[in-house]
Amino acid sequence: MMPDLGKYAFAVLASYGVSLALLALLVGWSIWRYRAVKAVLEAAEARLRKG
Amino acid sequence: MSLWEYANPKKFSETAARLLPVVAPLAGLCLAIGLIWGFFFTPDDYKQGSTVKIIFLHVPAAMMAINAWIMMLVASLVWIVRRHHVSALAAKAAAPIGMVFTLIALATGAFWGQPMWGTWWEWDPRLTSFLILLLFYLGYIALWQAVESPDTAADLTGVLCIVGSVFAVLSRYAVKFWNQGLHQDSTIMKVGEKDPLDPAYYWPLIVCLIGVVALFVALVLLRTVTEIRLRRLAAIEAREKFE
Amino acid sequence: MIALLIRDLRLALRAGGGFGLGLAFFLLLAVLIPLGVGPEGGTLAKIAPGVLWVGALLACLLSLDRIFALDFEDGSLDLLATAPIPLEGVVAVKALAHWLVTGLPLTLAAPLLGVLLHLPGQGYGWLLASLALGTPALSSIGAFGAALVVGVKRGGLLLSLLVLPLYVPTLIFGAEVVKRGAAGMETGVPLAMLAAITLGAMAALPFASALALRINLR
Repeated sequence: MMPDLGKYAFAVLASYGVSLALLALLVGWSIWRYRAVKAVLEAAEARLRKG
Repeated sequence: MSLWEYANPKKFSETAARLLPVVAPLAGLCLAIGLIWGFFFTPDDYKQGSTVKIIFLHVPAAMMAINAWIMMLVASLVWIVRRHHVSALAAKAAAPIGMVFTLIALATGAFWGQPMWGTWWEWDPRLTSFLILLLFYLGYIALWQAVESPDTAADLTGVLCIVGSVFAVLSRYAVKFWNQGLHQDSTIMKVGEKDPLDPAYYWPLIVCLIGVVALFVALVLLRTVTEIRLRRLAAIEAREKFE
Repeated sequence: MIALLIRDLRLALRAGGGFGLGLAFFLLLAVLIPLGVGPEGGTLAKIAPGVLWVGALLACLLSLDRIFALDFEDGSLDLLATAPIPLEGVVAVKALAHWLVTGLPLTLAAPLLGVLLHLPGQGYGWLLASLALGTPALSSIGAFGAALVVGVKRGGLLLSLLVLPLYVPTLIFGAEVVKRGAAGMETGVPLAMLAAITLGAMAALPFASALALRINLR
């Protein structure tokens, strides 16, 4: 299944590894912040409604 | 119906909530197909060997690194001219995404350059321009972080983005001039000679480009909604303190 | 406006005003570089144009946060903003004052430091010309950066991060003029580009700086 990358295996694998890791970090961080902010805001709005 | 309706934060959030379930899977799907196709099912180049597979990451990332800045410029202009908060927040949301794409472009370029050019880094005009672009992203994000009042921060970063764009373009031409002035007869710089691209690489690259654009849109929507909610949260907290 | 210029110059020249600090820094850099690189004349002559330009740029950077910060803290910037002269004019005058106390002395001192760095004989005229032509741009761009961060506490580091990328084109063309001049090559194109950047920066940036100041004073 794994293609034969020859002598350039390191360059190709490192490129894909670093890029996907950076993208995963960015996406993960964005989603985590989205959820965290949503939860805090909902709590605050609940407080507001109760008065 | 007008485009400016989306300047309303509520309307924007609702639309984003409807768009996200479409754009996000599209991004995931295109990137998965494009990258798997590119990584497993493309032939090696006769000259570059398997390193040609890096193109599927490098080119889309580099393209989006520049497009993200252009989008920030447009959003900043809209904010400064028409005072729509969503626009300023969208520019803020896009900056870290653009910075990550710049980093990916630089990193993949270095990994490709090491076996192909025999060096991790070369002061080639394109490479240097990207490094300068990274500095612009850093400064822009740092200014957002440093200014406490959100409206002041939005205004100042908007002005910085516009002035910075002028200087970024200037730098691009200055850097071209500078390197040609140093060594015209560089033998390893063949960046501009990639085309014509073999069809075997063409289609997976297009799929990757679509995927990256969709990813950018999805992330900007997600992060803008987050910023809008943070604003609302700050307003509620200010009110509670007042009462 | 002339009164403002004289006031700014006086404040800068007074003890503790920071005048001379930039010059001392420039001198230090010209001493430290050979200590770090090694004393071979050939190597030094080769890097001298770049080192002198980078040194002038960094020395300029040192005093940038003083352009507006002190006036912002004691409130005189608010008075200047409501004064009958336009804020754009205030910014331009302040940039000019900054140039007179940093850019101009740096330009005049540069040939002396060129001797320390073995700059080839043909290069001195071009060094003077390029610095005289380029440092006003540094002051103009620097005033814009200072206006952006005037409300930020301890904004010095942030200021460097914002201003240095903006200095790139000026640095490239400025150093290129000296490099080509020292090698006896044609210098017309980079010199013209440098002049264009300086004129453009002096004409357009005061408006952006005044806008940033108004935002910060709101």
